[in-house]
Amino acid sequence: MKQEYIITAYSENHIGLLNRITIIFTRRKVNIESLTVSESALQGISKFTIVVNEEKEKVVNIVKQIDKQIEVLKAFYYTNEEMIFQEIALYKVPTTALMESDQIEKLIRKHNARILEITHEYTVIEKTGHKEETQELFEGLNTFGVLQFIRSGRVAITRSPIERLSEFLNERDALFEKLEAKKKAINN
Amino acid sequence: MTSITNDNILDQEAIEITGSEAVIRSLIAEGVDTIFGYPGGAIMPVYDALYDFRHILKHVLTRHEQGAVHAAQGYARVSGKVGVCVATSGPGATNLITGIADALIDSTPLICITGQVVSGLLGTDAFQESDVIGITMPVTKWNYQITCAEEIPEAIARAFYIALSGRPGPVVLDITKDAQFSKLKYSYAKCSKIRSYVPEYPADKLLIKKAAELINNAKKPFLLYGQGVILSGGEKELIHFIEKTGIPAAGTLLGLSAIPTDHPLNMGMLGMHGNYGPNIKTNECDVLIAVGMRFDDRVTGSISTYAKQAKIIHVEIDPAEVDKNVKTDVALIGDARHTLRLLSRLMEDKQHPEWVAEFQEAGDIENKKVINGDLFPEKPGLTMAEVVRMVSDLTDNKAIVITDVGQNQMAAARYSKFIDSRSWVTSGGLGTMGFGLPAAMGAKFGSPDREVVVFTGDGGMQMTIQELGTIAQEKVAVKIVILNNHFLGMVRQWQELFFEKRYSFTEILSPDFVKVADAYGIPGSSVYSRHELKSAMQKMLDNDGPYLLEVMIEKEDNIFPMVPAGKSVSQIILSADELK
Repeated sequence: MKQEYIITAYSENHIGLLNRITIIFTRRKVNIESLTVSESALQGISKFTIVVNEEKEKVVNIVKQIDKQIEVLKAFYYTNEEMIFQEIALYKVPTTALMESDQIEKLIRKHNARILEITHEYTVIEKTGHKEETQELFEGLNTFGVLQFIRSGRVAITRSPIERLSEFLNERDALFEKLEAKKKAINN
Repeated sequence: MTSITNDNILDQEAIEITGSEAVIRSLIAEGVDTIFGYPGGAIMPVYDALYDFRHILKHVLTRHEQGAVHAAQGYARVSGKVGVCVATSGPGATNLITGIADALIDSTPLICITGQVVSGLLGTDAFQESDVIGITMPVTKWNYQITCAEEIPEAIARAFYIALSGRPGPVVLDITKDAQFSKLKYSYAKCSKIRSYVPEYPADKLLIKKAAELINNAKKPFLLYGQGVILSGGEKELIHFIEKTGIPAAGTLLGLSAIPTDHPLNMGMLGMHGNYGPNIKTNECDVLIAVGMRFDDRVTGSISTYAKQAKIIHVEIDPAEVDKNVKTDVALIGDARHTLRLLSRLMEDKQHPEWVAEFQEAGDIENKKVINGDLFPEKPGLTMAEVVRMVSDLTDNKAIVITDVGQNQMAAARYSKFIDSRSWVTSGGLGTMGFGLPAAMGAKFGSPDREVVVFTGDGGMQMTIQELGTIAQEKVAVKIVILNNHFLGMVRQWQELFFEKRYSFTEILSPDFVKVADAYGIPGSSVYSRHELKSAMQKMLDNDGPYLLEVMIEKEDNIFPMVPAGKSVSQIILSADELK
């Protein structure tokens, strides 16, 4: 059964790696619903957050293929329930619409949105939330005419108390030591 | 300039040299003795540096870049070392793609060095510019574009480490012309660790124990071995394991030669044109132990009916292969050699004579219905099988056998006999026609003391026939056996069996191959009938240099047994009659 999964991957910040990761999806004809790449808490390490609507088996296969890329430190996958996630949306509406009634103001209050900039011509509103929430505000605002609308990719954080990467990097150091010992044992 | 000798080449004191010279010195530092390539504009500085080192680092000028990459593959597969090829930018690089894709799917360690336009021209559609990094991304284990000379030693060190460690694979290094020209303070250090890359995982003792219990309690255990056994150097460990446990074993196409053909527990080959016993017994065993193989669809047939009755243990170095095609009960992630060692310690000494006898009974059926007719035909036309077996007989099973793709490949796989490991080179996963001739050439460089025989068809031979030029120039003593049936035989076989004999564009006209060889100064002869075969083949083998033997094969022969596409391994057929 297809459902939404959030795939996250930590990688070295190298040119071309984004391409290496996205072709894994392309080859299997899997559509990327949203994609965010940015620097993680550790300098030089990027974090990918990729949302897909797919069957679990395919997601597991894709995650293994991402993990296999030389410059990827580790890849994970989660269901929506396992993560806290947000998207950000920006809306541009004509300032006249804001002036004519209090409807837009009410919408902004109701949706916990905020105004970023007001000019004579337009007003820019920002809202963070899940896609359904940013969509709902869009539909509300659109009755007054939305001039421009943009939604970001998803950012997500696990429910576990620590960043999995630091946990993982420690494990990896131990792993390299173990492998070194094995190599010595084999050669003897 | 000072003369370059073996003594001062590895001088590690930092010296200022060009990027090009750094490329060559780094290759030598990694122990490379032979490279295959083709020069061109964007790689000229490297070729210029190579000129000074030509007595230390042998360069083989192929006639096409595809020839260079397949030669590097052949070299790597027989030697266990990294194969290296060099090409220029644009078309030079794109001509490598088929071989790179082939090396990825068949886990062959390869480094392909390509020239690139100067960095200032990147992305301007400059002359002979192509996006080699972009193009090779899906078919490489790793690739990297070098735009300044200082990066060269480290990038090459990483490339060797990545190509050869873990599950081996191809690496592309794309070097801009300015990086080749400019100078750097050179020193070289081999790479032994990359923090984002774990080539192999340590064994999980609990899982090893679990697998051992399953195997010790099995009544009908069956072991499948793949190329992972060869790549990990685990041939002895495999033989020890099966002898201790009495477990019958069968190889994948790429696993061939890992253990001797005539080993009493070697039951033959798996897969679409594999042996009868190994295929049907896959669906009758109770524990299936797959070692260093990836359950390719040509091995499994229909996956939904594959070994459903069995507990499956998968020994595999690449975690991405586990549960990819066949769901396993115990996955032992690690290299085959080490894992087999650990498993063997927990194995009870056992024999399974009745179970092994079942394989032999199946073997008898195959002998009667297929093999005897192939090897000792009553009809006048020559069969591929008898030609292949004669090579084994006349070389005491010691030759390295290379194949092209199609019927020639399947006949060679089924009827070649091996004693030593790394005696078999074929394009398995990608099935690249034209692979055979250049791969054989590379294999001879990789293993110059062994007899190298390539079986190819009249179709595949014409795909890379230009490499006869390389063979002639370098006097590469490969023995070329063309199994000529005047057809693209395997496609014709499928047309006969599944497309109502509609032979759509599979009849192929060939030149007089012996005359073509002669034009290159390569001796050869043609064989039309059985009584000429042995003496002609002996003449070929007695010849010190290259030799081309064209054997006219019965026109419409088929390869059997066969697991028809989409069918279960237990539905393997022994003749075309069974399709009716």
